[in-house]
Amino acid sequence: MSVLLTADWCSVGRDEYYRKFEIYKWEDSFSMENVIMTSCSYGGPLAVRRDPKKLVQVQGSGKPSIAIYTAAGSFLSSILLTKPVTEVGWSSTEDLLCIEDDGSVLRYDIFGNHQHTFSMCDEARVTKVIEAKVFTCAGGTGVAILTSSYRFFLVNSVTSPKTRPMPEIPGLNAPPSSWGVIAEDRQTKILVAKERELHLLSHNDSRPVPVVVDFSDRLSSVVEMAVSLNNRQIALFTDKGRLWIGSSDLRSKYCEIDTSHAFRPLQLAWCGSDGVVGVWDGTLLLVTTKGDTLTYPCDSKVHIVAETDCARVITSSSHEILQSVPSVVQKILRINSVDPGLYLLEASRQFQRRNHTADEYIRLVKDNLPLAVDNCIEAAGYEFSHDNQKMFIRAAQFGKGFVPDLDPEPYVKMCRVLRVLNAVRDHKVSLPITNIQLKKMTIVGLLERLVRRRHYYMAIQICKHLKLPPAEGSSRILAEWAFYKVAQAKQDREQVAREIASKLGKAPGISYKDIALRANHCGHKLLAIRLMDYEPRAREQVPLLLDLGEEVPALMKAMESGDTDLIYFVLLRMHAKMPLADFYLKIRNYPLAQSLYIKYSYENNSKELHDIHDQESNYNAQAALHLKDAYLPKNSGTREASLAAARQSYKNARNDFLAAACDEQLRLLKIQRTLEDKFGREFLGHSLHDTIEMLLTLKEVKVAESLRNEFKVPDRRYWWLRILAHARNGEWEQLEKFSKEKRSPIGYEPFVDVCFERNEIAEAQKYVSRVREDLKVKYYTKIGMLKQAAQTAFEQKDTQALRTIQSKCGSAERDVIEQINTYLAQLSSRK
Amino acid sequence: MSSTHLSGGKVNISRIQEHARKHLFSLLDKIDGTKDIVTDGALGSVMGLVANKPMLKEHNIKSMFHLHPGTLPNSSSENTVFIIRPQLRFIDLVADNVHNEVKRSRKSKDFHIFFVPRVTFLCKKRLEDRGVLGNFEGNLKELPWHLYPFDSDLVSMEIPITFKEFHLENDPTTLHQAAQGLLMLQCLYGTIPRVTGIGPAAQKVSNFLKRLSLEQSSCQNPSSSSIAPSQIDQVILLDRSVDLLTPLATQLTYEGLIDEIFGIQNNTVKLPAEHFSSSNDSTPYTADTKDIILNSGEELFAEIRDKNFSAVGPALSKKARQTKLQFDERHGDKTVQEMKQFVARLPSMMANKQSLAYHTTIAELVKKVTDSHKFLEALQTEQELMNGIDTDKVHPFIEDCIDRKEPLIKVLRLVCMQALTNSGLRSKVLEYYKKEILQTYGFQHALTLSNLEQAGLLRLQQNQRQYTVLRKALRLTVEDNDEASPTDISYVHSVYAPLSIRLVQHLVRPNGSRALQDVIGLLPSPAFDDIQTSHSGSSLPVPPSDSPKVVLVFFIGGCTFAEISALRFLSQQEVSDANVEFVIATTKLINGNSFIESLAEPLDHY
Repeated sequence: MSVLLTADWCSVGRDEYYRKFEIYKWEDSFSMENVIMTSCSYGGPLAVRRDPKKLVQVQGSGKPSIAIYTAAGSFLSSILLTKPVTEVGWSSTEDLLCIEDDGSVLRYDIFGNHQHTFSMCDEARVTKVIEAKVFTCAGGTGVAILTSSYRFFLVNSVTSPKTRPMPEIPGLNAPPSSWGVIAEDRQTKILVAKERELHLLSHNDSRPVPVVVDFSDRLSSVVEMAVSLNNRQIALFTDKGRLWIGSSDLRSKYCEIDTSHAFRPLQLAWCGSDGVVGVWDGTLLLVTTKGDTLTYPCDSKVHIVAETDCARVITSSSHEILQSVPSVVQKILRINSVDPGLYLLEASRQFQRRNHTADEYIRLVKDNLPLAVDNCIEAAGYEFSHDNQKMFIRAAQFGKGFVPDLDPEPYVKMCRVLRVLNAVRDHKVSLPITNIQLKKMTIVGLLERLVRRRHYYMAIQICKHLKLPPAEGSSRILAEWAFYKVAQAKQDREQVAREIASKLGKAPGISYKDIALRANHCGHKLLAIRLMDYEPRAREQVPLLLDLGEEVPALMKAMESGDTDLIYFVLLRMHAKMPLADFYLKIRNYPLAQSLYIKYSYENNSKELHDIHDQESNYNAQAALHLKDAYLPKNSGTREASLAAARQSYKNARNDFLAAACDEQLRLLKIQRTLEDKFGREFLGHSLHDTIEMLLTLKEVKVAESLRNEFKVPDRRYWWLRILAHARNGEWEQLEKFSKEKRSPIGYEPFVDVCFERNEIAEAQKYVSRVREDLKVKYYTKIGMLKQAAQTAFEQKDTQALRTIQSKCGSAERDVIEQINTYLAQLSSRK
Repeated sequence: MSSTHLSGGKVNISRIQEHARKHLFSLLDKIDGTKDIVTDGALGSVMGLVANKPMLKEHNIKSMFHLHPGTLPNSSSENTVFIIRPQLRFIDLVADNVHNEVKRSRKSKDFHIFFVPRVTFLCKKRLEDRGVLGNFEGNLKELPWHLYPFDSDLVSMEIPITFKEFHLENDPTTLHQAAQGLLMLQCLYGTIPRVTGIGPAAQKVSNFLKRLSLEQSSCQNPSSSSIAPSQIDQVILLDRSVDLLTPLATQLTYEGLIDEIFGIQNNTVKLPAEHFSSSNDSTPYTADTKDIILNSGEELFAEIRDKNFSAVGPALSKKARQTKLQFDERHGDKTVQEMKQFVARLPSMMANKQSLAYHTTIAELVKKVTDSHKFLEALQTEQELMNGIDTDKVHPFIEDCIDRKEPLIKVLRLVCMQALTNSGLRSKVLEYYKKEILQTYGFQHALTLSNLEQAGLLRLQQNQRQYTVLRKALRLTVEDNDEASPTDISYVHSVYAPLSIRLVQHLVRPNGSRALQDVIGLLPSPAFDDIQTSHSGSSLPVPPSDSPKVVLVFFIGGCTFAEISALRFLSQQEVSDANVEFVIATTKLINGNSFIESLAEPLDHY
């Protein structure tokens, strides 16, 4: 079995193996002849265009075009070019960059939709670009060009392009024999080979820095160079067929070998970071950094794509991966291995065969089981073949059972990751990434790639499978899907909105506002408005609706939210925008908005308020407004007019009581003004009650009487007024006279009370006999007529009251005490 | 750090205080240099519930002022921080202050403005219109204070106008704020599973709450606190319009009476200082009034605050005897050990003695009023009305009150009470009252009367006799309730059991709303009982049923101390069929006077 598993291994030097295996087989083989293919790392799509330097028979329109295929060879899209392109490359976000000979850089997405165009520099427009390279650096993806005047220009990021001219190389009057871009951490440098001289160009330096490379052979000319993906290593190929591999600063050399190829390779590319692959017709030569070589024959033209941990080999029939066999896989599977992982693997296999030797194998690794399990788990991650993955995972699972307290996390995690990897490697998705690449691009990066390929469903499934929090996982993907959806112009907006809402629902982290903004941006205003219905945050929803010119929906949404501040916001915007009459008509349909506007106007502009109440025939409110006007200090002169207006409004409102009250108040004011003239005192502003009281205090009983009749003051109150006024004035005689006018409607207790309060006991005694029977005892006691009190209590047979009176008696009233005792005795004897 | 009187209950209210403080201090600390704080009056006094002066000093606050027209007081501070509620009249004052300050001093101060609880569009616009928005460039902040902590079971929004604003002006602003307050409570204590409520304002709050939690969940990670079981099991939203009668009734609990007679503001009562000049008081008083803080942090007050006043006297004298006994202990023969223990207890004993002295004085002051003829007569009238005696015609006592021109508020309270207990007055009676009031107290009260009518406090007779039915069905009047050791909530008003609390009593029962079906039609609609789900869509975990249920009662439009006492009484009942503990939230602590005043609109006020 081991033999089979290592069948595709080839040893390179000592203890190092490389393997090459197929991951996709093209359904329809396509010709690699006469075309230029461009791809990018992480299993990016392939861009294929005709090689302009080759003569071919014209097919179709003959216009130059670029075809884009997935990594599995399915056709995605094609781009018709209007102008010849010098170079094509992929950005790190998988946008296709086409550099035209005038220095324009066109950016397309993988579906061939044009995204953006920028120009490198004016000089390039005049002198034309003869060569260009696309490179990846910390800031994203950059472009370097070489003009026909042999000057280099460089842009570090195609998303925010800023062109940097590079220093000129003196005496460069022919195209350099080769050049490459080294994107170091902070600075991007260009290494240029001018025949045997090497120059390093940097934007910061004013002149090129010559570099000397340690060649064992006398250097003639560097005709090809390749920089590794991590920008740390570089490979140089000379016209003598020698390959030099070293660090990218060219200071240290790893190896230098003779390839015995006289011609420059068709392609030179790194395989991970410890091997370089060169392509010649019919041969693929791998050179490791240690200087060991391996040759693969290949029957047709191939294209190599460098990856961080391998190289992808694209041939006319298949897509393969060439990689150094990962050390853990090597340890387990190589011949004569004594790795615990191998024993575990073997044990698991025997176990599946129900063979007792399984036990022996387990015993062999007993002490190293945790390591063995770890190794098997790790090894599983490196495998593309499902069978191999299963084999390792089964072994790990089997071994796990023998180790108590083993942390299950790595195992579970690997199973999840493998599930994801297998899903995205499927040729329908065609992201043939390795586990290491996945780690490097991160799950978020993977999701982005899936979204870019419009595999929304799979992306969401992955989020769920890996249990990512919705805000950074599924919600974001749904939003992306919605962005895509709203950009599709043709569909029915109602259906689109509904579809989006049903998919997105109320998922946390979704901003319908952003989606609506995108829709509006794409020219679908109606869809945007429809989508805003689903935005739960009124604070986001309302301003956007206003910006879209949808005042009434904005008002409705604001009212639904209950946030009055938002309602005011909409109202004032509407107020400013439309004619006043229209505004009133609009808001009258919305009682809440109307009442808020009324409140606002009341504080700011009561003139408008009259108009609104007028329009609404709200006479009560109108009257209230008049009343408030009437009492404003500045309006004291026009108080009557305002009151009359209020009276009319109340009449209109059929509020008879208040209409009458206004009328009464008007009459009162009139009388008060004459009274002021007559008595030279202030009457205005006082109530009718107070006016009468003042008149009584002035002893103007007649006038008071007339007011009483005029305003139909009830007897009770008038009597109270009279009694209190007489008492206040000390007019005891008049009080007595008044008491005899007719029967008091309020009884005679108030008479006693007012006298008593002013300590006029003698006066009080005059009235006490007319006090209500049941109160008599109390009142006699109150004013100190204890004897009468006792007598009355006796007549009422109230022993309780008698005792109370008795308790009130002091030493001076001994006779009363005795009298009470007699009464008590009589009462008790009668019983 | 936090105040001890807040943390005693099942729901730790001090977290609200901490929350509010955190916001305030983090905003203050972002400002470099010395600071003055200028607050609008009402907010200034309520701020004391969040942070006291020494704490503010720690955050580099030099002085605190109230917002006044004209110029700012002279101060050397580098910053002036206005902390105001978003009302346009405050903005005008701020604008004046800033204009004058800029004119006055060459050295420019930095101005800051914190809006409580949020900055509104209108305020910003007004600042702009007044030309001072630029002075606050980048210094416009929000202090999301919605609920202020009052006691271990009590929070209030301290907005007196809620009832008028919604029921008269159809303006739901404070209801929205109430919903935000509830949302904040949910953030602190978990999503409340059950939301019950009666009345239109209650429904609005519930709707806003639903909407707000949706908005919040859409922009927040649901993995936060919401998964933990909520500390509050149910919230009952009560619209004040459901029970207008209760606030009008004179409160007869100790705390209620203090509020009725002297007025309690933010846990503090101001009393004439001359009664408190005891020899123990080392600091000679200078002010005319003495501020006494009333909260459950004081052991004695916690014990008597909810008692009927008639039971307070005995409680105080019992306490006095105990205290005396404690002090007498020192005379006995003692070992050194015992002496040491005694000394250790001394500070708390001294505090007890002090509080005993205070409350004896307060009780005396209260008793002076409750023994008065006027008080007793009014109370008797109230009780007659509650019992449905003579409610149909003009009541002689009320008439006398008008004739003698007793305070208008007292008259209005009684008239409204009659209107409510008679389920509306006959039009002749109502007109008579109204006419008498206008003639006696002046025409300027015309709008006050219309407001009371619009609010449903003064109303005309309808066909239905709501009060009579409710009184029977819910046992609103209870005779023979022992005031010293009561068995029913009716003790808080002697005779009358608050309708609001009776409703709560029914609503906390598992099938409570069904039991209320007969009477619910008589109350302002709607009544609702919703189950809230957590963000993830699953229903919330139900806590074990044997532990007491915690119910938040939210009075929208204010509640009285008597109502609070009644709820506390219910919390303490162990035998009651529903094992419930109450937490109370309100838009404002009110009594009959302040309730009527909030609706009054005297024209000569301008």
